[in-house]
Amino acid sequence: MSYHNPYTPPRKSATFDDYTLAEIRRAAATGIYDIRGAGTKRKVPHFDDLLFLGASISRYPLEGYREKCDTSIVLGTRYAKKPIQLKIPITIAGMSFGALSGPAKEALGRGATISGTSTTTGDGGMTDEERGHSQTLVYQYLPSRYGMNPKDLRRADAIEVVVGQGAKPGGGGMLLGQKISDRVANMRNLPKGIDQRSACRHPDWTGPDDLEIKILEIREITDWEKPIYVKVGGARPYYDTALAVKAGADVVVLDGMQGGTAATQDVFIEHVGMPILACIRPAVQALQDLGMHRKVQLVVSGGIRSGADVAKALALGADAVAIGTAALVAIGDNDPRWEEEYQKLGTTAGAYDDWHEGKDPAGITTQDPELAARLDPVAAGRRLANYLKVMTLEAQTIARACGKNHLHNLEPEDLCALTMEAAAMAQIPLAGTNWYPGKGSF
Amino acid sequence: MDASVKRESLEAMRVFDLVKTPLRELNSALHTIARGRNDTNFEVVNPRGSHAVAVGIDQPVTVDVRGSVGYYCAGMNDGGTITVHGSAGPGVAQNMMSGTVIIEGDASQYAGATGRGGLLVIKGNAASRCGISMKGIDIVVHGNIGHMSAFMGQSGHLVVLGDAGDALGDSLYEAKLFVRGTVKSLGADCIEKEMRPEHLQKLAELLEKADVKDVRPEEFKRYGSARKLYNFNIDNADAY
Repeated sequence: MSYHNPYTPPRKSATFDDYTLAEIRRAAATGIYDIRGAGTKRKVPHFDDLLFLGASISRYPLEGYREKCDTSIVLGTRYAKKPIQLKIPITIAGMSFGALSGPAKEALGRGATISGTSTTTGDGGMTDEERGHSQTLVYQYLPSRYGMNPKDLRRADAIEVVVGQGAKPGGGGMLLGQKISDRVANMRNLPKGIDQRSACRHPDWTGPDDLEIKILEIREITDWEKPIYVKVGGARPYYDTALAVKAGADVVVLDGMQGGTAATQDVFIEHVGMPILACIRPAVQALQDLGMHRKVQLVVSGGIRSGADVAKALALGADAVAIGTAALVAIGDNDPRWEEEYQKLGTTAGAYDDWHEGKDPAGITTQDPELAARLDPVAAGRRLANYLKVMTLEAQTIARACGKNHLHNLEPEDLCALTMEAAAMAQIPLAGTNWYPGKGSF
Repeated sequence: MDASVKRESLEAMRVFDLVKTPLRELNSALHTIARGRNDTNFEVVNPRGSHAVAVGIDQPVTVDVRGSVGYYCAGMNDGGTITVHGSAGPGVAQNMMSGTVIIEGDASQYAGATGRGGLLVIKGNAASRCGISMKGIDIVVHGNIGHMSAFMGQSGHLVVLGDAGDALGDSLYEAKLFVRGTVKSLGADCIEKEMRPEHLQKLAELLEKADVKDVRPEEFKRYGSARKLYNFNIDNADAY
C-alpha cells in the first residue's frame, strides 16, 4: 500500500492578509501613503455591544402611541444669551463646502431645517445657500480660518471652535487641487488648483489658557449672544472635556474615531484616536466632577447610525449626537444606483471613500458641476429629514420601553453590555452580571 | 485745527476707563454706533493688559488705547482705526478685514494672524509667527520679527525694516515678504525673489502709509514662494 501525502490547503497569513499585502504592493509601487475619506473601517467596540434592558416589574414602560416622550433639547445654556433650541437631539456635523458640493450642503441644511435641528459649516467658510437653507447653523472656527469673517460669525447661530476631530485627532487637513474650483479658491483666498492645507493647530492660540481668552474674544465680538462649542477628537476625553469647560465652552462636541473626514491618511484614520464608546463616560465623568453635567451640554459623534445608537449615547450621559457619514448616506452617498460608475473607479457602492478626488458618482463629495447636478437638494433634503424622523422614532420607542418620558431621562442603568470590552469602556455591567470591568478609574 | 471742529471732536470723544468700566461695555459701545453719528472717537485708559480690547469693530471709528493690551486687541477689525499707545499681547489684529491698527510699542506672537485686509503697523518689534496664515493683510514692522513669521501666508504683504528670525515664510503661498535686514533662515518653499518695479512701487506705498521716514524701497529684499509644494509630490517629502 503506497502512501500519498494528503492535500494541505494553502494557508494565508492572518497578519499578512490579502488587504495588507495589497497595501504593501501599492505603497511600493507609488511611494505614497493612502489618502481617503470617511472614518475608521476596522471593527471597534461600539454601541452594538450594548443592549437596553427595557421595562420589567421594577420599571414600567410608557405607552407607545399615547404617552409623550419628549425629544427637545437646548444647547448653550451656560453663557449664551441666545441658546440653541432643537426639536431633536440629533444634529448634523461639520462638513465643508469644498469637500462637499453646494447642492449637498443645501440638502443637509434643508433636511436639518425640516427636522428642527442644526447643521454645521466646515473648513472653508459659510455659503449664502447654506445659511439660507439652515434655520439653525453652527459656524466652525478652524485652524485654517478659511472664509472666516466677523459678518458670518454674527449671522451664525452658534460657533464651534474646532480643536480636533475623531478621524484624525492631532491632524490637519488637505483639500487636493482637483477639488479647488474658482468659488472654493475664492472663499479660501488661494489660487485655483493648488492643494489647500489646513493646519493642525490654531494660528493664534495654543493650550487651554489661550483657548479661554480666544473664547472671550469670540464672545465679545458676538456680544455674548452665541453659544460657543468646543469640538475635540476622541483622544483624552476626561481632560479635554474638563479643559474645554474650564476655557468657558457652552457645549463640548466629542468625536470618536468612527467620525468621518473629507480626506486624510488611512494610517491616521485607522490608528489614532479612540472609538466613541470609550469616550463618552470619561467626558460625562469630567462634567459631573465639575458639577457641569447638563449645564455644559455634551454632543457626541462618530458612527451614529440609528435611533438605538442615539438612545445609547444619551443613556451614557450625552445631551445630543451629531451625524456626518450617516447623513451623507441618507442624501445619496455610496448608493448602489451608481454601481456601474463605482466599478469604473475601482471600487463598489458602500466602499467608495476617495472623497478627496472629487469624482463622486453621487455628486456629493465633488466640485464637478456635472456630477454635483446629479443631486437634487430638495429631494435629498427630504430623504435626510425622513431618516432623522426614523432615528427619532426609534430612540423614542426605546425610551418609552425603558419608561422614560424624555430621551434625556435614559440612564446607564437602562443598559447592559454584551462584551467585556464594551462593559469596560462604557462602564456598563456585563449582561447578566453586576460586574463593571475596570471600574474605579479611567 | 479750527476751534469749532476741535471742540466738536472733544465733545464726541468717549472715554472708557477699564479699571472702572467692564470690557463688555466698551466693546458693546463700539458695536452699537448708529451710522452717521459723530461720536466715533473712543479713548481707552488703564487697559492694564486687558484681553479682547476693541474687538469686532465694523465701522470707521477711531480708538486710542492709552497703555498696553493683552491678547487679541482689535481682533477682526473691519474698518476701524485703533492705536495702541503701548505694546500688544498675542494675536493683535487677528483676522483683520479692513482698517488700520497701529502699535506704538512691541507686539507679541501671531500679530496679524489670518488677517484678510487693512494695515497693521508695529513700530517696535514683533515676536514669532507675525503674519501667520495671512490672507490679504498688509503688515509693516519697524523693528525685527521672530521665527516662523508669515507661516502659510496666503496673500498680502509683510514689510520688515529690521531682521527676520528663523524659518521665514515656511510653507508660503502667495504672500509677499520684504525684509530690509538679515533673515536668519528661510522656511520650506520660501526663496528670495527678484524685486521688480511693481514691488518697489507697492513697498513705497506701504512705507508711506506706515509713516516710515528715510527708508528707501531699494534697501529691501523680496521673498516669496518657490511654489514647489503647491501640489503634493512624494519627491518633495523631505521638505516637510
